[in-house]
Amino acid sequence: MTAISHWSPENQERAQVILDAYPEARSALMPLMYVASLEHGHASDAAMRDVAAIVGITPAQVTSVVSFYTMYRREPVGAYLLSVCTSISCHLLGGDDVLAAVEEASGVDHGSTDDDGVFSVEHVECIGACGGAPAAQVNYETIEGLTPDKASALVAWLRDTRPAVVLADEMQQLFGGRRSFEWGPTEAEGAVVPVPAFGPYGSAEEGR
Amino acid sequence: MTDRILTVRMDAHPTDSHTLDRYVATGGYDTLRTALRDRTPAELIEEVKASNMRGRGGAGFPTGVKWGFLAPSEPRYLVINADESEPGTFKDRQLLERDPHQLVEGIVIASYALGVEQAFVYVRGEYAKPARRIHRAIEEAYAAGYLGEDILGSGFSLDVTVHLGGGAYICGEETALLNSLEGRRGEPRLKPPFPAVEGLYAKPTIVNNVESISNIPWIVANGGATYGAIGPERSSGTRLFSLSGHLERPGNYEIVMGITWEELIFEVGGGIRDGRSLKTWIPGGASAPWLVPSEHLSTPVTIDDVAQQGSMLGSGAVVVMDDTTNVVAAAHSIVKFFAHESCGQCTPCREGTSWLEDVLERILTGAGRPEDLDLLLDVSDNISPGLTWPPAMTTICPLGPSATAPITSIMKYFRDEVEAMIPTPEVAHA
Repeated sequence: MTAISHWSPENQERAQVILDAYPEARSALMPLMYVASLEHGHASDAAMRDVAAIVGITPAQVTSVVSFYTMYRREPVGAYLLSVCTSISCHLLGGDDVLAAVEEASGVDHGSTDDDGVFSVEHVECIGACGGAPAAQVNYETIEGLTPDKASALVAWLRDTRPAVVLADEMQQLFGGRRSFEWGPTEAEGAVVPVPAFGPYGSAEEGR
Repeated sequence: MTDRILTVRMDAHPTDSHTLDRYVATGGYDTLRTALRDRTPAELIEEVKASNMRGRGGAGFPTGVKWGFLAPSEPRYLVINADESEPGTFKDRQLLERDPHQLVEGIVIASYALGVEQAFVYVRGEYAKPARRIHRAIEEAYAAGYLGEDILGSGFSLDVTVHLGGGAYICGEETALLNSLEGRRGEPRLKPPFPAVEGLYAKPTIVNNVESISNIPWIVANGGATYGAIGPERSSGTRLFSLSGHLERPGNYEIVMGITWEELIFEVGGGIRDGRSLKTWIPGGASAPWLVPSEHLSTPVTIDDVAQQGSMLGSGAVVVMDDTTNVVAAAHSIVKFFAHESCGQCTPCREGTSWLEDVLERILTGAGRPEDLDLLLDVSDNISPGLTWPPAMTTICPLGPSATAPITSIMKYFRDEVEAMIPTPEVAHA
């Protein structure tokens, strides 16, 4: 694809697979923005221009769509995106205290990123982990049954060990508590960057 | 009498219920094989109509009736709504992670019944692991011949694509979801036209919830009438309830509807944690008006009974609050959610939800004014005139009216607690 010939061969191939999956090219916009975020590090103006060129619409049209959704990061984010749920079920069981603990342990206020690019912190609306509230995600991998202390320990562990792949089962085993339901067998795949670790979009990798 | 349908395999086989091998070893895809060979699409639609299953996403519209509205022109699409985002709801996540082939088989049978050759599963962006699981199941199904060209030699072909959302609750509304799937802002469309006539790419489209379609293999295997005989007449079948909040045993529970709220909260959910007492509960996700023990504990958990009580069973998310709960803070959490998730198309919702959040925040921080109670109701009334149930609409979709549910709830049942948080004028001026 000439529009993205500057992308890595791997990401170009992903883009082609995504385009082929839809009857109309514009439907590929959102998945392509995830791949473009991998390629460019975040959903930058250049990333949006690339996707506009692939899909055949204007960069302004892509920006209009991207700005509607919360998961496309138009500014650089840290290696670990810490998303703490404060919606009703988590709120009732101390989600706000968990958020405060994460902010203190990381030194990052919600909505910001530290200077070293290690942590970004945000409070998020319901992540579907209500039976294991309070819950959070690290690069969209879920951990349930948190307390302020466990959340602080999780942040310290991320800072000290810098896992290359964020694995939900590993975090849950080390720092989690009650789960929404039995998770079943341990999963090998996890996230390497703050983009959903979903195979076709390219960021899911085998962990340790 | 069958009391569980959807969670049998995952409970019996906790280590591999999500794999094709286990699914096939427990009878999976047999129903698809038989349906493709022996049943006509029209028969299958009748089977689902006979089940009287009402959609499990929230609106409770009968799935078979919805299927009957599908316009004849081609191509047609089936879209599975896996954008589970209603606060308190986590059932579809479990179905996607623990038994994805049950959903895939339901998708293939439904697509055959509906004359669909391209289906989509729209998974919310934050559900990376559920998306991985359903995607892997789809890959396994392709490799085994349950998807793709000429499925099981029937001549029927189907492609399925998993589409990851971008983090927007409103995309759970079916027309917003379709816009999002078309690569647009997730703004709800005016209805009519309904998706069954003009949906994805303005073509006839059925949008069904994960749990609804996960029931299809069982319904087709055992007969719609058999399913329809489970539970109360207009709330047939089993249902996955997501229990959360101040309970001893939160979690997803598959039960037959018709038990009482007392049984659901105190027996299924194990009662209120730490020996506290029940103050109030939300019966069907953050959008639903709250119920209270003094009035509602002994009434049955059915779609119609809850509607009669001025609320809804919605997505099946039951959020329980004990006597330590600050109801203003709880209402604020919910209103904040809706203010954040408002798509901004309609003025009453865009402006109203933010105003409600601001006023509640003012009260919470001790800066509330005596007139704020009436102001909350006045703003709510501007979003949903009359504050009736079901809510009157000034907006394209129900998100705005949903934000008034916690307001009317605390004003109806806990007005004295709200008033107690307002400083007296003397103190405020001092």
